Amino acid sequence: MAGRRRSAWLAQALILTAVLALAVLLATTTAGHLQERGIRSGFDFLLEPAGFALGESLLSFGPGDTTLRAFVAGLLNTLRVALPAAALALLIGIAAGFGRLADNPLLRGLATAFVTSVRNLPLLLHLLAWYFILTDLLPPGDAPFSPLPGVFLSKSGLALPWWGEGGFEIPQPAGFGLEGGANLTPEYLALLVGLSVYSAAYIAETLRGAVLALPPGQRLSALALGMTSRQTFLLVLLPQAWRAALPPVTSQLLNLLKNASLAVAIGYPDLVSVAGTSLNQTGRAIECLSIVVAVYLALSLIAAAISHRLEARLFRERGE
Amino acid sequence: MSRARPPEGARTATRQGQEHLTGLSRLRRILFGDALNTLLSLGVLALLAWSLPALLRWALVEAQFTADVGACEALDHRGACWGVVAEKARFILLGRYPAEQAWCPALAALLIIGGWLGAASGRLPGGALATCLLLPPVLACALLGGGFGGLEAVPTELWGGLPLTLLLTGAGLAGALPLGIAIAYGRRSSLPLLRALLTAGVELARGIPLVAALFMASFLLPLFFPEGGGLDMLWRVLIAIVLFAAAYLSEIVRGGLQAFPAGQRDAAAALGFSPWQTERWIVLPQVLRQVAPSLANSAIALFKDTSLVTVVSLYELTGALGLALAGDAQWRPFYLEAWLFIAAIYWMGCSLISRLARLATRGAPPGPHTAPSGIGN
Repeated sequence: MAGRRRSAWLAQALILTAVLALAVLLATTTAGHLQERGIRSGFDFLLEPAGFALGESLLSFGPGDTTLRAFVAGLLNTLRVALPAAALALLIGIAAGFGRLADNPLLRGLATAFVTSVRNLPLLLHLLAWYFILTDLLPPGDAPFSPLPGVFLSKSGLALPWWGEGGFEIPQPAGFGLEGGANLTPEYLALLVGLSVYSAAYIAETLRGAVLALPPGQRLSALALGMTSRQTFLLVLLPQAWRAALPPVTSQLLNLLKNASLAVAIGYPDLVSVAGTSLNQTGRAIECLSIVVAVYLALSLIAAAISHRLEARLFRERGE
Repeated sequence: MSRARPPEGARTATRQGQEHLTGLSRLRRILFGDALNTLLSLGVLALLAWSLPALLRWALVEAQFTADVGACEALDHRGACWGVVAEKARFILLGRYPAEQAWCPALAALLIIGGWLGAASGRLPGGALATCLLLPPVLACALLGGGFGGLEAVPTELWGGLPLTLLLTGAGLAGALPLGIAIAYGRRSSLPLLRALLTAGVELARGIPLVAALFMASFLLPLFFPEGGGLDMLWRVLIAIVLFAAAYLSEIVRGGLQAFPAGQRDAAAALGFSPWQTERWIVLPQVLRQVAPSLANSAIALFKDTSLVTVVSLYELTGALGLALAGDAQWRPFYLEAWLFIAAIYWMGCSLISRLARLATRGAPPGPHTAPSGIGN
């Protein structure tokens, strides 16, 4: 036994040495490269002017602002698209999941067609299609299409009534575009719609799987007690399935957050895209990418904590 | 949906009686049985009546099937311009690969798909199965690279289109599956240091978006190699994809290993199997079969995720589409038609992988354990 323990220690010491040796080797090679290219290392660049502009941001941002501010603006942009997309994805996903489980064959067929066609295509392809539709097929900005009074859709985006400097404003045609209210850019809209539709299809399948995974006796006994199939679904199956579906749905929403990084492909300045730009400007690959990693890991941890809380509360409700 | 509706015993009691109804009246009952169902049915029917004829008219009746820009422009999007597919097909499918050697990528793509078919036939012993996964990507790389037997050498920047998509998927899987299995075993090891290192690595890879991993491959990896020993972007991206996918696959395999009944290991030990033999002949074959549906999901996710390499300037199918149309003002308006063409290819690829997975596990007992998973989907 003692011999075994000693060999285990030896093995661990070997692993540790190998990992450290590799780390030292990589560090020296990297340092050599950086010196050759005249790139300094360190995070001091965060406080220097960024030297680039962002297509849009919640936070006011210009090229003279610090790189740190650019990263914060990027993170806010990520959240600005991911949070509404998560809410939309839940709504559409729940609707499509119910559709997949419906008795009505027409509705079931429609939901199945939606889920299958969405899941069989890469998210990037979805985004490119939405982006093309929004930027090429819509009318130009000076002749927008107005589906509702005060709402205008055109190549320059979606203009909505919103609170502006002078209180609640309704967009008004002015010159070559619109003035007042809020304007959502095509990049933002494509990402919002693409992300929510794509995640919705996965959430729908998760919900359906959770309902189908319930023991068949649950449904049969509810029916035997005289409940209609709709009552069975809403009062017996759904409350149980919802609890089982919570962890996988949370992980779908986390995927949505990570997938928001596809913004880089259609030019929406999210965190990863800002990191890419800043990396090109300063050459500080290690620093920029480690910020991205740290932020995403922190977001994952926060999401895990929230989900944990939610689960605990759901289980407590039933006194389990 | 009144909750207080009295139990309609008649309703459930006649479940068997329903069988006597004719098909048509049963259908009517399902579709228009109550107010909500009637509303939903009418809604779906209205949607179909509104969209299907318009769709058919656009896609077939008024569509232009020849590569004639003038005729397409005259249509003004009232009909589809499928001519864009005819005009750009080679570019979309093969990217910038030299046209005179187009058979090389075509053969490479067939090799990889053939390897999957072989692996999924379910009749091969483990060794042959591994060969079917590992060998075709290597051969495909050799074919695409050329430079032998009178073939012109083709640098990796010029590889593209569907063969590159398949190569990234095939080589990604071939690298990630063995690595994932190794990581899964490593995380069950008795060495706490090894476990901690692997857990940290897996959680790190699963916590970041693939785009960030690709950026690392693009900007960070070159810094790690000594001068002159740099790798092409393709190989760097492949390393990132393998590591990224291995993290997800290892979680699936680990789940399978955890659910594996301990009694079987004891029984194998009692029969005189060595620990290695037990894993190789008893545990792994059963675990892999059991988690095959999850592995297939990950394979599909990987197939779709290869489209992201376009952000680091590799032009696989999706990237080649952009490349084919972005600079061409004449054909660019018909992007949607070309998009539908590659959408159909992705659709077929995803269906193919899920069919193959079903084929491979044919006759296997339905496993109790299928971890929900997916690579960054």
